[in-house]
Parts: sequence; structure tokens; C-alpha cells
Amino acid sequence: MLVHIIPDLLSVKTRELFLKNKAAELDREMGLIRTQEETGRHVRMLTHEIRSTLDRHTILKTTLVELGRTLGLEECALWMPTRSGLELQLSYTLRHQNPVGFTVPIQLPVINQVFNTSRAVKISPNSPVARLRPVGKYMPGEVVAVRVPLLHLNNFQIHDWPELSTKRYALMVLMLPSDSARQWHVHELELVEVVADQVAVALSHAAILEESMRARDLLMEQNVALDLARREAETAVQTELMPEQRLMVETILKSSNLLATLINDVLDLSRLKMALNLIKPIASVKRLYVTLSMSPDLPEYSVGDEKRLMQVLLNVVGNAVKFTKEGGISIAAFVAKSDSLRDPEPLNFFPIPSDNHFYLRIEVKDTGSGINPQDIPKLFMKFVQSQPLAAKNSGGSGLGLAICKRFVNLMEGHIWIESEGLGRGATAIFIVKLGIPGRLNESKLQFVHKVPGNQVKPNFSGLKVVVMDDNSVGRMVTKGLLVHLGCDVLAVASGEDCVRAVSQEHKVVFLDVSIPGVDSFEVAVRIHEKFSKRPDRPIIVALTGNTDRTTKENCLRVGMKGVILKPVSLDKMRNVLSDLLEHGYLSESQ
Amino acid sequence: MEVDQLQRNFLEYTNLLFREGFLDGQFSQLQLLQDESNPDFVFEVVSLFFEDSERLLNDLTIALDQQNVDFKKIDAHVHQLKGSSSSIGAQRVKNTCIAFRDVCLEQNAEGCLRCLQQVKQEYLLVKTKLEALLRVRVPHLFSLEQQIVAAGGAIPMLNDFC
Repeated sequence: MLVHIIPDLLSVKTRELFLKNKAAELDREMGLIRTQEETGRHVRMLTHEIRSTLDRHTILKTTLVELGRTLGLEECALWMPTRSGLELQLSYTLRHQNPVGFTVPIQLPVINQVFNTSRAVKISPNSPVARLRPVGKYMPGEVVAVRVPLLHLNNFQIHDWPELSTKRYALMVLMLPSDSARQWHVHELELVEVVADQVAVALSHAAILEESMRARDLLMEQNVALDLARREAETAVQTELMPEQRLMVETILKSSNLLATLINDVLDLSRLKMALNLIKPIASVKRLYVTLSMSPDLPEYSVGDEKRLMQVLLNVVGNAVKFTKEGGISIAAFVAKSDSLRDPEPLNFFPIPSDNHFYLRIEVKDTGSGINPQDIPKLFMKFVQSQPLAAKNSGGSGLGLAICKRFVNLMEGHIWIESEGLGRGATAIFIVKLGIPGRLNESKLQFVHKVPGNQVKPNFSGLKVVVMDDNSVGRMVTKGLLVHLGCDVLAVASGEDCVRAVSQEHKVVFLDVSIPGVDSFEVAVRIHEKFSKRPDRPIIVALTGNTDRTTKENCLRVGMKGVILKPVSLDKMRNVLSDLLEHGYLSESQ
Repeated sequence: MEVDQLQRNFLEYTNLLFREGFLDGQFSQLQLLQDESNPDFVFEVVSLFFEDSERLLNDLTIALDQQNVDFKKIDAHVHQLKGSSSSIGAQRVKNTCIAFRDVCLEQNAEGCLRCLQQVKQEYLLVKTKLEALLRVRVPHLFSLEQQIVAAGGAIPMLNDFC
């Protein structure tokens, strides 16, 4: 009967074995499923971590760390394309503390292979991108590489980087531990692919955010610049501007150009003087002098962004006035020469002029509170105030000089400040590149103003003018002045004589308005009435010994085109006449 | 005398007057206006100044001598004197006039008399100096300027020697 039992026994055994095997298999599968679940959880956590940060560096670091942990990797590395796009540079590693900055050419076959597919690819541990461990006696673990797409740079106008039109990828390399029999499983590869995609998305978010923050900064800066200009202008307006000054102020205020590009238009350098006239009233309240000297070799017209240049000048001069309690401000404008080796910085900046452009250098020197040399670098940084006391009163947000620096940089120039220390005053210097206008508008380019002395006499010969002054000596001197300049002068002593004598041939009438008991304003009104129908009626200018506000107001009210302080120098009279004939009014008053 | 020497004397003397504050920059401006078409300009203006000032000082003396002092009139005269002295660069006279007007505003007759004395003094000082430069009381001595011209030289400007 044993014969019968053995096959039964056998089949039971077989069944047992079969069942055992099955059970083991199921166990294994359970284990696998559990692992996959865990992995899935890890992926979710990893994704969350990556997506919750918008900082590029953190994204990448976190990715490597978590992947390393989840997959039990020996090494995990990221290679980023260089700016030129010709090489991959080792940018992040998990185990090596400092990536040494290895580069490999991007055209390697193994790299092309990985970049051409969205799948994770097994690569040889000997390929250049996988040789990350020091050489030793070991069996390297399997290596997998996957591409990480980077968004097109030309979507974001990142100015420093060149535009690239092809798709760019980074390379992520993952190494299993050496000397182990581990192999890459399919689900692990899938995990790697998913993570690579998430990283790409997170990086693009980070890039967009960076760009929008930059745009926000720019807008804020420009708003502050407008604010500053508005505030300066409002202060100046309180002290009465001439109509042309008001026009300039309004232009600045209404400026709605928020682009960071420059408006390159004809820049009239003599308008720098006009900028001064906004500051002078403020300075004189503090009893500070303001002087401007413009070198004769400066061209009268150049090509550049006048608004921005004016803003920089106003800002710098405004600061000088703000921080000066006594003494004053001296401003000098001249053509920059590259022999200024004495300048402390910058080392690479050589203002070399050419046929088409020159460098304008403006130095603003004040006798104010000075700056500690250590604090100077901070001045141009945003939101850093080195003088908290002053900041309380200034109402500024500390962006002024940072904006100036940006504008000056846009004009391919440089701005810096020198000071010997606290209490020793300071000098702000900026150099900007300006174009030399072509020979289009010959008639405008008369270098008349800047030539001193008797070298070039502007042509006033035969210009008919009238001078009214009841002081015989003053009358004689003013007449002598105008005769010397070539004018045909009629000098009268009284208002009556003046009104009677003025004819339509006379181009300019100089009225002394400081005569007590004589209403020169009435004279002006009557002259205007006499020529009310004529478009080319004579221009009336006031001569006065006092510059108080009432006098100026009255002059403007009766339609006088300018106010000149007596005694008048030869140069001043020459400039006045040029101004009047060119513009029909005085562009500056003293 | 050599032209050079004369020119140097002229300049030194003018410089002295500038340094001592008798003259200011306006006087140099007047010199600039003198040229071939107007060779006696400075002389003419200064002569006019002397005439004008002496008349005004006279009027002022009379006005302050009155029982009822007319301060408005006084102010008008002083204003004129201030204007003319300023036009030729007679700095000290001008400054004294400015002070005079302030005192006049206060309607202080005593103060005005003192000011008048001061103005007269300053005027006489600058007159003497200008005469030395341009024309001399004693007829047989030539002024520095005339000597230079007579010796064939040109009246030097400050700029020439700097």
C-alpha cells in the first residue's frame, strides 16, 4: 500500500512547495507595492517641497537631497548649460561638498542621447558626466541620466544672457551605490522622470517670479524718481519760477515714460543752467551759494537723454544742498579726459571720445557734512541709509542715488562720490556719454554762448534798442555797453520820453524798474499797447538793482521777458542779447 | 618813462584800489568798453559821476538842513547816488549809500547827518584816487594813463598781466 501513498505524499509536497512559492511571491509583491506606495508618498512630498520654494537654488538642492534619500543613491548631480550653450557645467552634487566646476562639451554622444528623449536613460558609469567619484577599487553602481528642460531665455529679456532660440536642458545624473547588486527598476525610472518634470516646472516659476520682481523694482524706482522730481519742483514753485522754468518742471512732472530705455534726443547743455535755477531758491533760503562753471569746449548741443540727465543732476545737487549747512555748492561741467588717472575708480573706465560722441563730466562739490569713506560704497545701494538723522527729514526712501547710478550706467557712464570724511564736505562726480549731433541742423549749432571774451563777436550790429534809466551815469554805462556790442542805442531818461520814442524798428527796450516814484511797469504796459497789433513788437527787459520777488512778479505780470540785475557786465549783456534774439525771452534770470 | 614801467604802475595802482575796496569788478567792465571807437569812455563816465555826485551831495546837505526833513526826497537822492556809484564800481561809496538808505527808512535825522558825512568822505577818497588814475588837478603833470598813451602804449587790462 506504500506504493499508493508516495504519489499522494508527493503531490501534497508539491502543492506545499507551490503554495510556499506563491506565498513568497505574494510577499514580494506586497513588499514591492508597499515600496511603491512609499515611493509615491516620497514623490508627493518631494514635489511639494520643490514647488513650495521659488528660489532656484533651493529647488535644485532639495531635489537632489530627496531623490538621494528616496532612491538610496550614492551620488546625484546636476549639470547646467553654460551661457555660451556650448558646455555643461557641474553645478550641484549631493555628496561632494563643493562642485569643482567641471565642464564637458555639450555635444557628447551620451548627452545627445539623453537630451533627445524625455525618458530616463541608463548610461555608462565611465562616461564623463558620470565620473563623479574619486578613483578606487570598486564596482560602480548603475547610472541613470535624465534631461530637465529649461525655459527659453528669450521669453524673459534677461539682459545679461544672450538670446538662445533652441531648447535648453540641464542634465541630472543619478548613481546607485557601488558594490551592490542593485539595479534600476522601472518604477524608479518613472519616478526620476516625474521628478525631472516637476523640477522643470518649479524652475520656470522661479524664473518668472524673478523677472516680475525685477520689473516691480524698476517701476518702484521710476515712481520714486518722479516723486523726487515732483517734490523738488513743488518746493521750487513756491519761490516763483519764470514761465520757461515752469514749463521744464511740468515736463518732468508729466513724464510718463516708464521704459528703462533712453530717449536720445537733442540735448541742450545750457539747460543744465535751468536745472540750477530750481535749486537756487532753495539754496538761497539756507544762505548757500550755488555756482556753475561750464567749460568753453563743451558743445552747445549734443545727443542724449536730457530728462534723465537733468534728474541725475537735480538729485545730486539736491543732495548736496540738503546736507550742507553753510558755504555752498560749486558745480563744474566739462569734457572728460581719460588722463584722469587720479580718479579712485573705476579702473576699467576710459572716457575716450570719438567722432560721434564725447564724455561729459560734471562735478558737484559741497562744503557740507561730508561722508565717512567707509560708507561711500553703501550710498549707491538701494534702501541703505547711512545717515538716519538726515533721512528722517529728507522724506526720501534712499533710492535716489541708486536711481542715478542706474541712469548713469544706461548712459554708459560712471558716478561716484569722494569725501575726505565727516565735516570735510563731499564731491559727487558723474561722467556720461553723449552723442555729437550730425550736421543736420547747422543753424542751431552756433557755439556762441561758450566762447568768452572777444574771440567771436555775435552779430548785433545795427540792432536798434532803447534804454530808459533816469540815472545819468547808469544810462551812460548801459548805453556804452550796448554800443560796444554793436547796437544802435537810444537812451532816454523818463518814461514819457520812452513811450514816445519807441518805434517798431526797436527790437529791445531796457527799462530800469528800480526808480522810486516812477512806475516803469506802467511804461511797459503803454509800450505794449502801442504795439498791440504788431507781432514783432519790441521785447521789454527790466534792469533793476533789487531782485525781490515783488519786482519779479510785477515784471512778469506786465509782460516783460526778463529781469537783469544791475550792474550788467559785458559778457552778461552779450548773453542776454543772444538769448533774447534766439528765444524771444531770457532763459535765465539773475 | 618806459611804456612797460608806466603800464605796470597803472596796473599796480588799479590793483591797489581793488584790494582796498575802493573799486570793484564793475570798473574793469568799464575799461573793457573803451576801444578805438570810444577812446575816452572811462574818462567820460567818471567825469559824469563826479558831476552827478557833487550835485547830489549838495542837494542832500540842503535837504537835511531843513526844519522839516523830507525823508522821501533824501531817500530818492541817496538811491540815485547808490545807482551811479554802483554803475562805475565805486564800491565803498555804494556800500555807504546802502547803509544810508536803511537809516533813512528809520526817519532818523541825526543818523542821516552822520551818514551824509561818511558818504562825503568816501566820495572824496575815491575821487582823489580816480583822478590820480585818469586826470590830475595839477595841470602840468600827466596822469598815468595819459603818460602811457603818450609813450605809445596801450592801457593794460588786468587780464593781460595774469
